[in-house]
Amino acid sequence: MRTKFFPVLAHVLAIIAVAPLLWILISALKPAEDVFSFGWPSSWTLDNLQYVLLKIPMPRFLLNSAIVAVIVTVVALFFHSMAAYALARLRFPGRGLIFSGIMSTLLVSLPVILVPLFLVAKQLGLLDSYAGLIVPSIFHAFGIFLLRQYYLNIPRELEEAADLDGCGYWRRYWSVILPLSRPVLASLSVLFFLANWNAFLWPLTITRNPDLRVIQLGISGMQGQYASAWNLILAAAVIAAIPTVVVFVAGQKRLVDAMKTTGLK
Amino acid sequence: MVTTTAPPSPPAAVTRPRRAKASMTKKRREALAAYAFLAPDVLGLLAFVALPMVLAFGVAFFKVDGFGNYSYVGFANYKLMAHDDQLWSSLRITGIYVVTFVPLAFVVSFALAMLVRNHFRGIGWVRSAFFLPNVVSLVVVGLIWQFLLVDKRGAIANLLAPLGLGDVSFLGTPSLALGTYVVISVWFLMGYQMLVFLAGLKDVPKELEDAAQIDGASAWQRFRYVIWPLLRPTSFFVVVNSTIGAVTGLQAFDLVYVLTKGGPARATSTVVLYIYEQAFTFNNMGYAAALTTVVVAILVLCTGLMFAFTRGGRFDED
Repeated sequence: MRTKFFPVLAHVLAIIAVAPLLWILISALKPAEDVFSFGWPSSWTLDNLQYVLLKIPMPRFLLNSAIVAVIVTVVALFFHSMAAYALARLRFPGRGLIFSGIMSTLLVSLPVILVPLFLVAKQLGLLDSYAGLIVPSIFHAFGIFLLRQYYLNIPRELEEAADLDGCGYWRRYWSVILPLSRPVLASLSVLFFLANWNAFLWPLTITRNPDLRVIQLGISGMQGQYASAWNLILAAAVIAAIPTVVVFVAGQKRLVDAMKTTGLK
Repeated sequence: MVTTTAPPSPPAAVTRPRRAKASMTKKRREALAAYAFLAPDVLGLLAFVALPMVLAFGVAFFKVDGFGNYSYVGFANYKLMAHDDQLWSSLRITGIYVVTFVPLAFVVSFALAMLVRNHFRGIGWVRSAFFLPNVVSLVVVGLIWQFLLVDKRGAIANLLAPLGLGDVSFLGTPSLALGTYVVISVWFLMGYQMLVFLAGLKDVPKELEDAAQIDGASAWQRFRYVIWPLLRPTSFFVVVNSTIGAVTGLQAFDLVYVLTKGGPARATSTVVLYIYEQAFTFNNMGYAAALTTVVVAILVLCTGLMFAFTRGGRFDED
């Protein structure tokens, strides 16, 4: 009998854990006057979603986030895989030093360097621009580390064959290593996309121009503007969350693999 | 690298210098290629991580006005800290947050991992459900809970009304706001930490547990003497990771910013929120930089501990 107890408990707790998410989804589909009514809505409506999409520059916010998240993900994975290739497969003076240097930056989180990073970005003329949103977000040691771990395990023979065929280092990286790293790149792209789509603090710091607002800034800005119009705020929050949930469900297995590796390997 | 091809061997005396020279240029070519591969990321990390770190220490000695003019003030920014009550209060709040959040998140996520460790029907959905809050942004998390916690009318008030707690303002009462923030943070992070624990549990050999069971060990004894000791590295990682996250992570900023902006009565003002306010609300860049260096010092202390514990372990494989 005890063996039945824990699975049932797990299911109950799982429902409690997702309840807040389901609750805002349902509330976003209620008419404005019902938003605080406790229980099932008397009628369902898409008015809130419609209003948010049409009357607020929500499409613009979504587009900005998509542009930033996609470009950062692609460019970061490209640079990280190059660096990881060098660190894992090539021998050169200063390798250990460079590797530990890169790894030590893992301990620096954005809030810690926010102020001086802002000053650097300002000097480089990156304030209020897509470049300002994108460029500083690209560089992070985490991806380099995971890719390097992956590349260490690729058999040498594969590269040696390419070497004998007269391929240079670039060809070996591009035609041998990169195709082999598709699975890990897929995992990381889920992770990177989520992180950048969800980014708030840096966009808040680097942009003033409303046209550059990303989705997280857009929805948090509604707090002030639509203070008591909870139906609209929730609709916007749901719209912001949908892509992340979709990406999570689609890339779940890959994401879980990447997350597990983060902690342990 | 060892050369595997053996060309038909000419007299040794002739070959040796030529070979040495060839391998020299090969070495150089390899090194040059490596630097080229590393250049984009290394330069980026230097410009956008290392330089800001170093810069913070320099800017801390200046007063920066709204127009970006710097004037040297020596240690004045550091001297200001001594009398800055809000700084001390934000450090204290961050401290309280860490010592409540870290153990609570640890226990909850560990319990969840034990719960979903073995296979049962619907386990996939259960694991995803626990992880799902972590997928949503902290801004959305903040908005969700603000809505659920709206005074008197929110879902939580409705749920607690039968207990006579329907009137409690969780985010509006200074003594409750920080605790509420801890609970929400746990809800956000538990799925991620659960996964880390699950991965650690995978490395516990089943045979060891079975052997203990055959020897008559109770469930508690198996946990205490088999599973727990083997999970020590994982536990350590979880504690360090969530501590650093709680002091300087995004959750210390995003969530507070959306939920309470540090209020009520500064009861949830974390250090990173305070630094942000000094820099971007009051335009005291120099002072904010000085505060940054203090946080860095605290962080270095934490990481020093971390390296002391993980030495010889997971980071260097060569």
